[in-house]
Amino acid sequence: MAKYILKRLVLGIITIWAVITITFVLMHSVPGNPFATESRKIPENILENLKKKYGLDKPKSEQYIMYLENIARFDFGESMKSSSETVNQIIARRFPVSARLGVQAILIALIFGPALGAIAALYQNKGPDYIAMIISIIGVSVPSFVLGSFLIQFVAAKVDWIPIGGWGEFRHTLLPSFALALMPLAQFSRLMRSSMLEVLGQDYIKTAKSKGISRFAVIMKHAVRNAILPIVSILGTTVSDLVVGSFVIEKIFGIPGLGQYFTISVFNRDYTLIMGVTVFYAFILILAMLLVDIAYMLIDPRIRLTKEGH
Amino acid sequence: MGKLLEVKDLAVSFQTYFGEVEAVRGVSFHVDRGETVALVGESGCGKSVTANSIMQLLPMPPAFYKNGQILFEGEDIVKKSDKEMQKIRGNKISMIFQDPMTSLNPTMKIGKQIVEGILKHQKLSKDEAKKKAIEMLELVSVPQPEKRINQYPHEFSGGMRQRVMIALAMVSNPELLIADEPTTALDVTVQAQILDLMKQIQDKLGTAIILITHDLGVVADISDRVIVMYAGKFMEEGTTDEIFKNPKHPYTRKLLGSVPRLDMDRSESLHSIEGTPPDLYRPPKGCPFFDRCDEAMIICKDYMPEKEYHTDSHYSYCWLNHPMAKAASEGSEI
Amino acid sequence: MSDMAYTKDMFEKVKRESYHADEINRPTIKYWADVWRRLKMNKLAMTGLAILIIMGIMSIIGPHLSGFNYYEQDLFQKNIRPNSTYWFGTDELGRDLFSRAWLGTRYSLLIGIAAAFIDFGMGVLYGGIAGIASRKVDAVMMRIAEIIYSIPYMLVVILISVVFSTAGSGTSMFVLVFAMTITGWVPMANLVRGQVLQLKEYEYSLASESLGASKSWILRKHIIPNSFGPILVNLTLTIPRAIFAEATLSFMGLGLQLPKPSLGTLANDGLAVMPIGLFYQIMIPSILISLIMFSFNVLGDGLRDALDPRLRK
Repeated sequence: MAKYILKRLVLGIITIWAVITITFVLMHSVPGNPFATESRKIPENILENLKKKYGLDKPKSEQYIMYLENIARFDFGESMKSSSETVNQIIARRFPVSARLGVQAILIALIFGPALGAIAALYQNKGPDYIAMIISIIGVSVPSFVLGSFLIQFVAAKVDWIPIGGWGEFRHTLLPSFALALMPLAQFSRLMRSSMLEVLGQDYIKTAKSKGISRFAVIMKHAVRNAILPIVSILGTTVSDLVVGSFVIEKIFGIPGLGQYFTISVFNRDYTLIMGVTVFYAFILILAMLLVDIAYMLIDPRIRLTKEGH
Repeated sequence: MGKLLEVKDLAVSFQTYFGEVEAVRGVSFHVDRGETVALVGESGCGKSVTANSIMQLLPMPPAFYKNGQILFEGEDIVKKSDKEMQKIRGNKISMIFQDPMTSLNPTMKIGKQIVEGILKHQKLSKDEAKKKAIEMLELVSVPQPEKRINQYPHEFSGGMRQRVMIALAMVSNPELLIADEPTTALDVTVQAQILDLMKQIQDKLGTAIILITHDLGVVADISDRVIVMYAGKFMEEGTTDEIFKNPKHPYTRKLLGSVPRLDMDRSESLHSIEGTPPDLYRPPKGCPFFDRCDEAMIICKDYMPEKEYHTDSHYSYCWLNHPMAKAASEGSEI
Repeated sequence: MSDMAYTKDMFEKVKRESYHADEINRPTIKYWADVWRRLKMNKLAMTGLAILIIMGIMSIIGPHLSGFNYYEQDLFQKNIRPNSTYWFGTDELGRDLFSRAWLGTRYSLLIGIAAAFIDFGMGVLYGGIAGIASRKVDAVMMRIAEIIYSIPYMLVVILISVVFSTAGSGTSMFVLVFAMTITGWVPMANLVRGQVLQLKEYEYSLASESLGASKSWILRKHIIPNSFGPILVNLTLTIPRAIFAEATLSFMGLGLQLPKPSLGTLANDGLAVMPIGLFYQIMIPSILISLIMFSFNVLGDGLRDALDPRLRK
């Protein structure tokens, strides 16, 4: 078990390092080299800071080392355009907003997605199945930004209580969370349906039934418990999708989250910001994948114990 | 009188995409307390469906009871609701299945799976149930039961898993144990162990056993009576002795002939029965074995033979039993 | 029962020439014809296929149908809702949205297909080499692939687009496609490698001489037909993913170079005017994107089911 975790941890660290390096290389390959002092108009005080932090006049290899050191200290850099805040400060302020949005979306998806899929499987080829499948197909086909804009147009514009954008109260989170949640919800639902169908055909379901336990117990304790495994395994990519989705959703709904900020810095070509936020995101995503791997290992005893060398 | 189980004219069909498949086409038999009845036949002959229908374990669409009664301790199972069946399953009637690799929930500890059955039918506390589970594992000769109840199915070998299945099934001391090909998926040496175990348990607890199998070799040792099934109908039934020593139906004889014997000559080829069973989507009007029978007669094609008793306990369905057939086989006109 | 009249001849033994094996009444169909037959039965998948074909055709002829071209601006005709002249309306700069929408469809589809095929090519190359190579080289190659695959796809796509695009005018198609294929080829490589390893196994387990099985025969008869299915299904997943990625990039201002439209840039443009009530401008590209994704999804589902031997009807 420890061996497995260790392996995933090492993989994660190597991947983060790869992202950091790629980010560095890419940012320094920008045609026109924004870091060269001559070609960009950067205010004096900022230039001084940048020079100190990134060693802009030093050779590339030294810059790389300095960059790595910065990150090791969890210093994600400073803006090239404004001296008001460091990336760390920005993250501290904006990330909780995005995190709240993301967590809400995942909860919606995790609660309703598998439930929908399970119902579809239990009523296979009947009414509930068709309804669930229609919802799921729409869910995976309609990009979140499409859904977001449609929701604004047809819900927020008509219902007073639901604002068309902004942030602050619970009602501000409703539409964006839902827009973000629908696609993962639909994916979970489809996955759960096929997983349940497969599980329901297994022998151990028959064994459970033959013991005389109630139908509810058979479904919950035996079927669902096994059917949910594949969903856990895709949670990592789901988090990744949610992060990407947040870029667009935050823009559409005017939500002051990290995604919106990332979009702005991309638009402004504020390279140090882009680097910092990218690396931060990489951390989050890889951490998420690691946690999901561990969670999967804890839930499926076959993985847990076979690794121990049986 | 109180026969434990009495099946009368049972017919079970499956409603499929292209029509009705008649899996069981009118069978009758009984099982007395404490005895072992073997139900023998090829894959697809309906023996599994028969067994599963006793506990209403068939998926009810598409399966349905077309006709007949299943009387368990006097009550008709066909008429019972699923809820009523829950009181019987795992309690009065239990079942063990063919493949021990897939018959146990891979993500649940063995102990928990056993305790689940105990708690459902017996008024015991969780601790008492746990103790009982350990006792059951001892009963089926699983070593170190206290340690093993916290393990998962994949930590057990195939034979061990089948033992666990038996423990699971016997938890509430059922009157009837249905064993659906319990040894088919196991190694030959382990097969013998499991059969022995079943016999021991029967001696100890007085359980009646219905043993489903396609392997006559398995049958000889532990069954009291044998029923031979083909294409949804019974072909022959008798005590084990009668069937093995005096088989009347051509199919039974072929089955017996196809069991490899130790004293066979090396040069003798293994006998197998040529051909395949008929499609039960459009079951034949006459004797189902007609296509593959060496001794088939013209009448066999269109007419199902009648039941003919050879002794009180031994009967078969075959036109060869008819006096005119015996006459014809004597070669001369009578 | 005994009211039947038995005659002697009824009890005569049946003569058989030889035991004929039961005629297998259902005719054996060739594999791909069978897959196609099963796919045809799936109405949803067929709908998806039909939609894709229609959209494909429209993407070719659509921009020429309305009489306007995609870049001509007519500021006196800006932001007009769909009517009989401008079938999809016009945008902020008075450009005809009908031609832009279908041209956008063309570019989006091209991007998606190009990305998918490069993924395919790279995957086949990498997976093939890994499969043929020695154990050690194979292990190293797969480790590297695993790391590459762990790198968050979109982050890399965004970064590359940022670096190689010009602010304000967008990214060239070449860069877009390149960015999207950086990490996506790994699943295909895995697939191909698996097949190549199988080929190796055939070689060892078959006594090649006695069966006369040459490598190319195995390749033709087993490997390629076997892998064709999963590869096809994989393609129906990669194309929409690429289109979706392009749309997301557009929303971040990294979309296709102006004035070339893609469905993503059109949607982004439409977003800007949504607050002033011109919803049609974002709705039309959104619906088109959704249709494409829907069609690929159901087609992919249908293909997967049609190829699954367990679902034989």
